[in-house]
Amino acid sequence: MCTMIVDQIAVEGSGKGAGGWFEVRQANVSYDHPFHAPLEHALNIDFVNEAQGPGARVAVELTPDAARDLVKSILAVLDQAEAGGFLPDAPSVQLQATANS
Amino acid sequence: MQATDVYQGMLAETISLTGANGDWINAYFARPLGPGPFPGVVLVHHMPGWDDWYFEATRKFAAEGYAALAPNLYARTGHGMPDDVAAQVRAAGGVPDDQVIGDLAGALHFLRTFPVSNGKVGVFGTCSGGRHAYLAACRVPGFDAVVDLWGGGVVMSAAELTPTRPVAPIDYTAGLSCPLLGLFGAEDRSPTPAQVAQHEQALKQHGKTYEFHMYPDAGHGFFYHNRPNYRQAQAVDGWQKVFAFLEAHLRS
Repeated sequence: MCTMIVDQIAVEGSGKGAGGWFEVRQANVSYDHPFHAPLEHALNIDFVNEAQGPGARVAVELTPDAARDLVKSILAVLDQAEAGGFLPDAPSVQLQATANS
Repeated sequence: MQATDVYQGMLAETISLTGANGDWINAYFARPLGPGPFPGVVLVHHMPGWDDWYFEATRKFAAEGYAALAPNLYARTGHGMPDDVAAQVRAAGGVPDDQVIGDLAGALHFLRTFPVSNGKVGVFGTCSGGRHAYLAACRVPGFDAVVDLWGGGVVMSAAELTPTRPVAPIDYTAGLSCPLLGLFGAEDRSPTPAQVAQHEQALKQHGKTYEFHMYPDAGHGFFYHNRPNYRQAQAVDGWQKVFAFLEAHLRS
């Protein structure tokens, strides 16, 4: 551990790891040495289910720019989905606005 | 390196030893064949875990005539591929310093009581392992030499202290009980050259025996031949310095 910069959040979803699909319960986000990316430090995201052991992990190691672009892309896609009324709890006012646009 | 007519042989295997709190942890142990006596070296693995580079380095020490022991500091996290285990440790904020100290004390005891030991044991580590090696040399009596390769986090601000790392290793410098070799890269960000200089100042202040080398055109992990930070000339020179240092303090 050299930077010790890490954040953990609970998440719901599925991930496909080396052993196949599993229920993802947590995302660990860190900025530290990557295992594979040819960088001294990387933005690392591990989607894990610790109850299933260390192998229940889907990992990505990104450059800082790639990570920021990913965040923007996720938010843009969610905004579009929400505007289209595809999110389960999308407010009706946004659905109306989309219908009028 | 041996002459071509010299017999060479080693035994390398996984063993178990008693670590912190009496826990059994696994370790990789490589030693030359023959009656010895052999000096010992404890290898303290880096953040990426108890991985192939450390297994290879352990065999390298055995090939140089040392009984070399690399404990798995992440053993309590569970077993799996080294990167998966290390990722889980990373998410938890690392392993507690006190636990590591207990594990390294167990490794020291194992080597000291090994039947063909010459009675001397060093400790070697890279990255977080360099930091842990330094901590062990300051807090565990009995090591005869310590090698810290680019150990980040020896110098820590108050804001960086955590429950698992509650004291900056530099604050234990008064307790350093053996000679220290430190190898660093001028382009490293952890430790920075300024932090290395601060560490050196503390060593001088406490009258400790040490030698530091700062390599130009090298960053973090410049020994790692499987990573882009590898620097061939610096790594070759660095390995020579490591073994010259250990020969002087463990075999004489």
